[in-house]
Amino acid sequence: MNPKNSTPPKSGAARRQFLFDSARMVCGVGLLGLGLGFYAKQAKALPALALRPPGALPEDDFLGACIRCGLCVRDCPYNTLELAKPETPVATGTPYFTARNIPCEMCEDIPCVKACPTKALDHALTDINQAKMGVAVLIDHETCLNFLGLRCDVCYRVCPVIDKAITLEMLPNERTGRHAMFLPTVHSEHCTGCGKCEKSCVLEEAAIRVLPPKLAKGELGHHYRVGWDEQKKAGRSLIDESKMLDLPDRLPEGAQLPGHYDPASGHTAPARGLPGSEAGAIPSLPPGLGSKP
Amino acid sequence: MSQIADKKRIGAEAVESKGWLRAHKWLILRRLSQFGILGLFLLGPLAGLWIVKGNLNYSHTLGLLPLTDPYVALQALFAGHVPEKLGLIGLAIALAFYLLVGGRVYCSWVCPVNVVTDAAGWLRDRLGIKGASSISRNTRYWILGMTLLGSALSGVVLWELVNPVSMLHRGLIFGMGAAWTVVIAVFLLDLFVMNRGWCGRLCPVGAFYSLVGRWSPLRISAPLRSACNDCMDCFEVCPEPQVIRPALKGEGKGVGPVILAPSCTNCGRCIDVCSKEVFTYGLRFNNPASTDTLVKVQPETK
Repeated sequence: MNPKNSTPPKSGAARRQFLFDSARMVCGVGLLGLGLGFYAKQAKALPALALRPPGALPEDDFLGACIRCGLCVRDCPYNTLELAKPETPVATGTPYFTARNIPCEMCEDIPCVKACPTKALDHALTDINQAKMGVAVLIDHETCLNFLGLRCDVCYRVCPVIDKAITLEMLPNERTGRHAMFLPTVHSEHCTGCGKCEKSCVLEEAAIRVLPPKLAKGELGHHYRVGWDEQKKAGRSLIDESKMLDLPDRLPEGAQLPGHYDPASGHTAPARGLPGSEAGAIPSLPPGLGSKP
Repeated sequence: MSQIADKKRIGAEAVESKGWLRAHKWLILRRLSQFGILGLFLLGPLAGLWIVKGNLNYSHTLGLLPLTDPYVALQALFAGHVPEKLGLIGLAIALAFYLLVGGRVYCSWVCPVNVVTDAAGWLRDRLGIKGASSISRNTRYWILGMTLLGSALSGVVLWELVNPVSMLHRGLIFGMGAAWTVVIAVFLLDLFVMNRGWCGRLCPVGAFYSLVGRWSPLRISAPLRSACNDCMDCFEVCPEPQVIRPALKGEGKGVGPVILAPSCTNCGRCIDVCSKEVFTYGLRFNNPASTDTLVKVQPETK
């Protein structure tokens, strides 16, 4: 490392001096390194609304692979990307975009990825629909116009993966009692995180926002099995239904569960099922309990 | 003020004997190179003429020539990431170039911070600022080692978080933001705190390029060293003055006239300011132990 000091001097005093000088250097530079290290750790905390270009490695790897050249910025035809300035809370010189300013237009040939001289943007990404820049989340149910019962639908209409990444789910509007609410619903497996929904949300502050997948998504326990999926896979129920007991339901005085069959009284409450719901207009009886006792 | 006026300007003798233009030849060429390169980068964003895309960390010229900064690539490598094909080709080209012409040619002929620190050095000389603190010129090698180790430990291209060189260059091309504060800091450091503090003592980029150019064929040489009149102008103007002595004063010790120290930036200022035309660009192989036979000029008596 240090050509001049690599041959230790002969005399004792000089050797001591050499050792002291080296120790001083190691301490000083070590302190600087420590500071830089903490700064690096801070830099890994990407702000929630700063999105990386398509194909970007996970943030930890991205900061080690990206060489801050800005070629992706240059080859983006929509000026979506920019390089972080020192005062931006994104690692200096790395590319990012803010969906609410300019979202990703999802070019089919993905020029930003092609321009990258490193693996920071994964060149294996050739289908932009497979990109995972983030996941849109309808983050505020209180201000979203569709949740208020209006038909804004803008986020749904602009979505490049319409009817897959965002669908409108109907629910009865209990306020009016006679209308439906069309709730924009994001399906993360199809959402690329392009941010067009966030960009076009008509509110002052967008009610739908693209967040990093890590923030947007929950994760089931790895031991968890969803019963109905397993049943579909196996082609039958996984439990022995003949041994299933249905205990009498305890409901508050006077309360009713619509469409509920109570084995104790053998009575089925009047149904209020929703058209199109899985259960149908009248909920089917639980498996194994089809006949009255 | 009189103190400043009395002081003989560095290179005044050379200006007298060779004329201003020849006494600034390499300086002018160097500035042309530095600003020319910067201009090529700026043509794209300013005039829409995309000859060079990117910045000094990686650039793509005319869609043909990739160039990768080997120091940044090395940090990425330590962080566990290998560049893509174009990045690797660019790396090979840049490395081959600097291996040949001397690594620190990057510092004196390309780096935009060199203009800043040269300005600070010039002003420091004009204002007669002396002394102040100083740290070892080897500090930069320690910082270089630290950035590589740190990149490996943190998984982040570490020096790029704070590197004033890329901050300035990227700032000029992609938008400055607060990067100017870092540039001012470097300027003030060199002006008031440490003589040749940034480029000469701290910057790990220069340290890295010193190592790259360790065995480069193109070197500054002092074949006419016997003509030296000890005016000291070369030592005064040189950003790395410690590299001159072995070559210039090596006759008696059997040391050849080629400046072999890798921290020499091949800037050629010593060639400019020498009224006796002692220095020239040369090859490291052309390094005879004695140069007395070349010319026999008695040094002027002091």
